Amino acid sequence: MSDNIDIQLNGETQSVAAVNLAQLVVELGLEQRMIAIERNLEVVPKSQYDVTRLHEGDRIELVHMIGGG
Amino acid sequence: MSDVLKVGTYTFNSRLIVGSGKYKDFETTKAATEASDAEMITVAIRRVNITDPGKENLLDYIDPKKYTILPNTAGCFNAEDAVRTLRLAREAGGWDLVKLEVLGDMETLYPNVVETIKAAETLVAEGFQVMVYTNDDPIVARRLEEVGCVAVMPLGNPIGSGRGLANPFNIRVIKQRANVPIVVDAGIGTASDAAKAMELGADAALINTAIAEARDECLMATAMRDAVRAGRAAFLAGRMQKRAFANASSPTEGYIWD
Repeated sequence: MSDNIDIQLNGETQSVAAVNLAQLVVELGLEQRMIAIERNLEVVPKSQYDVTRLHEGDRIELVHMIGGG
Repeated sequence: MSDVLKVGTYTFNSRLIVGSGKYKDFETTKAATEASDAEMITVAIRRVNITDPGKENLLDYIDPKKYTILPNTAGCFNAEDAVRTLRLAREAGGWDLVKLEVLGDMETLYPNVVETIKAAETLVAEGFQVMVYTNDDPIVARRLEEVGCVAVMPLGNPIGSGRGLANPFNIRVIKQRANVPIVVDAGIGTASDAAKAMELGADAALINTAIAEARDECLMATAMRDAVRAGRAAFLAGRMQKRAFANASSPTEGYIWD
C-alpha cells in the first residue's frame, strides 16, 4: 500500500495503486465499460491510457452514459 | 414516397427522437424505445459510481449499434462545462452528433442562449455535429444555424412540463426561416402536441417525459410514433383553408323536392 498515490477521482480523494490510466481502469473493474476519462481537464484518448502516468493530486473524471433527455 | 430526415451527415427514417431519462428501469426504457420506432436516443454523461462498477448500464439495454446515440449536456449551466461534457462523450463512444443544451436556471430550465451560442461555436470548430436546444426565438434560432449547428431544437414549453406548444406561431416562423432541420424539443405532453408540432412544419420531435411518465410507457411510445407520422403526413398533404362559415360537403343540387 505504501506505493499508492492519492488522486482526486470523480471529486473524491482516492488512494490508488495504479501508475497509469490503463491500470486505473482495471483497478476499478471498468475495462468492459464504455467510459471516458478526463485528466486535469483534458480528455485522454483510450489509446493513451497505458502511457498516461498518474501523479499525486491528479484530477481524474471518469464518466459514462446514463438515461437522460 | 421517401421522406427521410437528414441531420448533418446522418439520415433517419423516423422523425421521433426519444430520451432515455426518468424511466423506472432499463427494461422499460428498452421496450418503450423499441415501441417508439425511434432511431435516435439521447443520453446523459455522468460520473461513474466507482464504488459499484459492476452495476448494469443503460447501454447494456440500448444498443449503440442499433441506435444513434445522442449524448446531451443536460445539467450544464455554462459553455465550458457543456464542451467538456461532449468531448468526453465523443471519446467514450466516438459520437460526433450531439445534443447541446446549456441551461439558465434550475427552476425554469430555460436555455441560456448566450452560453449556448458560445458552446456551439467551439463545438462546431472542433468538428461536432451540433443539434442545439434553444428558446422558441426565431432570431436566436437563425444565429445558431449561422454558427453551424446541424439542427435547431426550440422548446415547445419548459423541459418536463408536458404543457404542449406555448407558442406555435414561433415554431412556424422558425421553421419557415430555417435551412436546417427544426426539432421541437421539450414540452410535448401527449400525442396531439406531437402531431401539432409536426403539422406546423417541425422536421422532428424530441420526447422523453411524456413517454417515460405515461401510465403505460410502451403504449404512449406507439401513440407518439403515430402522432409524429400523422402530423408529418398532414403537413406534407397541405391542410385545407379554414372558413368562417359552413360549407356543405354534399352537392347542393339534385334534391328530390326540386
